[in-house]
Amino acid sequence: MTNSQLTDILLRLGDDSLVLSQRLGEWCGHAPILEEDIALTNIALDLLGQTQSYLTLAGNLLSETKTDDELAFHRDATDFQNLLLLEQPNGHFGDTIARQFLFDIFSLLKVQHLASQSVNTDIAAIAAKAVKEIRYHVDHSSKWVVRLGDGTPESHDRIQKSINDLWKFTGEMFMCDESDNAGTQAGLLPDYTSMKIEWLSRVEDTLNEAGLTIPENVDMKSGGRRGQHTEHLSIMLEEMQVLPRLHPGANW
Amino acid sequence: MSNNNWPLWEVFIRSKQGLSHRHVGSLHAADAEMAIGNARDVYTRRQEGVGIWVVPASDITSSSPDDSEKLFDPANDKVYRHPTFFVLPKEVDHM
Amino acid sequence: MNASSEQILKDFDTYVSEEKKIEPKDWMPDAYRKTLVRQISQHAHSEIVGMLPEGAWITRAPSLKRKAILLAKVQDEAGHGLYLYSACETLGVERADLVDDLLSGKAKYSSIFNYPTPTWADIGAIGWLVDGAAIMNQVPLCRCSYGPYARAMVRVCREESFHQRQGYSIMMSLMEGTEAQRKMAQDALDRWWWPSLMMFGPSDKDSKHSAQSIAWKIKRFTNDELRQRMVDMTVPQAELIGLKMPDPDLKWNEEKGMHDFGEIDWEEFYDVIAGNGPCNAERLETRNKAHDDGAWVREAALAYADKKAKK
Repeated sequence: MTNSQLTDILLRLGDDSLVLSQRLGEWCGHAPILEEDIALTNIALDLLGQTQSYLTLAGNLLSETKTDDELAFHRDATDFQNLLLLEQPNGHFGDTIARQFLFDIFSLLKVQHLASQSVNTDIAAIAAKAVKEIRYHVDHSSKWVVRLGDGTPESHDRIQKSINDLWKFTGEMFMCDESDNAGTQAGLLPDYTSMKIEWLSRVEDTLNEAGLTIPENVDMKSGGRRGQHTEHLSIMLEEMQVLPRLHPGANW
Repeated sequence: MSNNNWPLWEVFIRSKQGLSHRHVGSLHAADAEMAIGNARDVYTRRQEGVGIWVVPASDITSSSPDDSEKLFDPANDKVYRHPTFFVLPKEVDHM
Repeated sequence: MNASSEQILKDFDTYVSEEKKIEPKDWMPDAYRKTLVRQISQHAHSEIVGMLPEGAWITRAPSLKRKAILLAKVQDEAGHGLYLYSACETLGVERADLVDDLLSGKAKYSSIFNYPTPTWADIGAIGWLVDGAAIMNQVPLCRCSYGPYARAMVRVCREESFHQRQGYSIMMSLMEGTEAQRKMAQDALDRWWWPSLMMFGPSDKDSKHSAQSIAWKIKRFTNDELRQRMVDMTVPQAELIGLKMPDPDLKWNEEKGMHDFGEIDWEEFYDVIAGNGPCNAERLETRNKAHDDGAWVREAALAYADKKAKK
């Protein structure tokens, strides 16, 4: 595994959590009930902490060291390697929960492996802490999927549509390129084929309990890992990066 | 529950092993699992908890202040229940 | 009022004057209960509405650290709202009804949150000044006569001092920064200073609720007393980092041992309270939208809980 490949792996971890955290931050003050405002911002905060850890490590590997802030605020959309799933707009609460759920299951499996490997102890340390946070996220999003799927006819229809609309972004989670493969070969990353099987099994369990179905014959979208994003990302980054870009070099 | 309002739950937190659960407040949740999750998010953000109890507020029976006299006053004159009531020689007072 | 109910009231007043606590099921005068419900719910509403002007900058916080801190702060505010609604419900009201009153415009909340936050420096100013004023109000309330409110205030105060410190820390960073950052900070202070002073309410001579509230230990200090403290506390904090207070009449009074300061524009205060502040309509609209958009979610959760209970 080369430095460049390891950097990709770390940027993917950091960008995934950054983009998702940014989306969740948008919910503040707008959730269906006060208790959920606290729950969603809690998850956003957990993800932000993970972001800082992964991006700092990534920044240290570059030929010209960069801080987590420099990576977060001064890269363009084409340099971000997050999953397309995570940059999709929040939509309604059901859309957000569906997005969260589909990602949380994947994230748990991936990060559990990262926590248990000894190829890179820095990453293992970050992952050990993150795993506990992600387990709670999985709990939260799965329970909501079931509540909405098995709640009222309206909630059932809404979240079924959310799952249907987002399913095309789930394939990308398991598409491996050279960097991912190098990671797997080195033992840092899990085997993506078996991870996908496990992911599908767990997702199916929850969807069954919720009375929801998996859409069929869906064409999977990808490109996020290669910096080819939907328009949503550049709009999000414009908002996120506005101040540091406007005041280059300033300390906050 | 036709009025679309989530029921009220009372929250008790054990802040440290060795201490008992203490009442910290209340919150609204649709079911018990959600209540635990909400309690964790609302009342334990600053490492203040190792255990949570949530109880539907409607399940709590409380004594009425009107009964305070008959419930609690009779204990006031049974001072022999307190160790300080018994004056013992200094040599054995450590009991 | 007959002789015996007069006596009950006198006994209550005596009891409270001895710093004893009233708990939820204890007898209390109707006026005491009503005042508490009004005060506590207004406080709760303020926390909730207060999440909006600050929440707007979460997505634009200029560093990951500042973003995390702001997220934590706004989260605390939601939590404070919750503690306060919880305390209020012990008085026999339901949160849903309180929320309805807020959304319909019937209930009041602190007018300070009807001002916009056009720059990042506003986030610093809010933490430093608005939370500073809130702390000034809240610390004495930790000893208020109503148990649940006092206990909620203890929790709130523990968390609030981080809020003020993070606000001041933002102002400090800005004042140590570029010229543009310093201008931003000064501009924010210019806009938030007077509204922060108005947070303490009308002048004592114009405050109709105060006397009884003080007798019942629901309020511990007068509006003017707290306002004076705020001025005396804040002026040196501003001077330390090079900020100029936007008050030409502000000067130290050696004789009194406190600062003299300028007249407050009470017209603006009453205008904003009456609903004509820059963001009154927007704030309520946002809360109403969140409530309406979330109705199907709340219904679903209840329907699911019902089904599970029946199994």
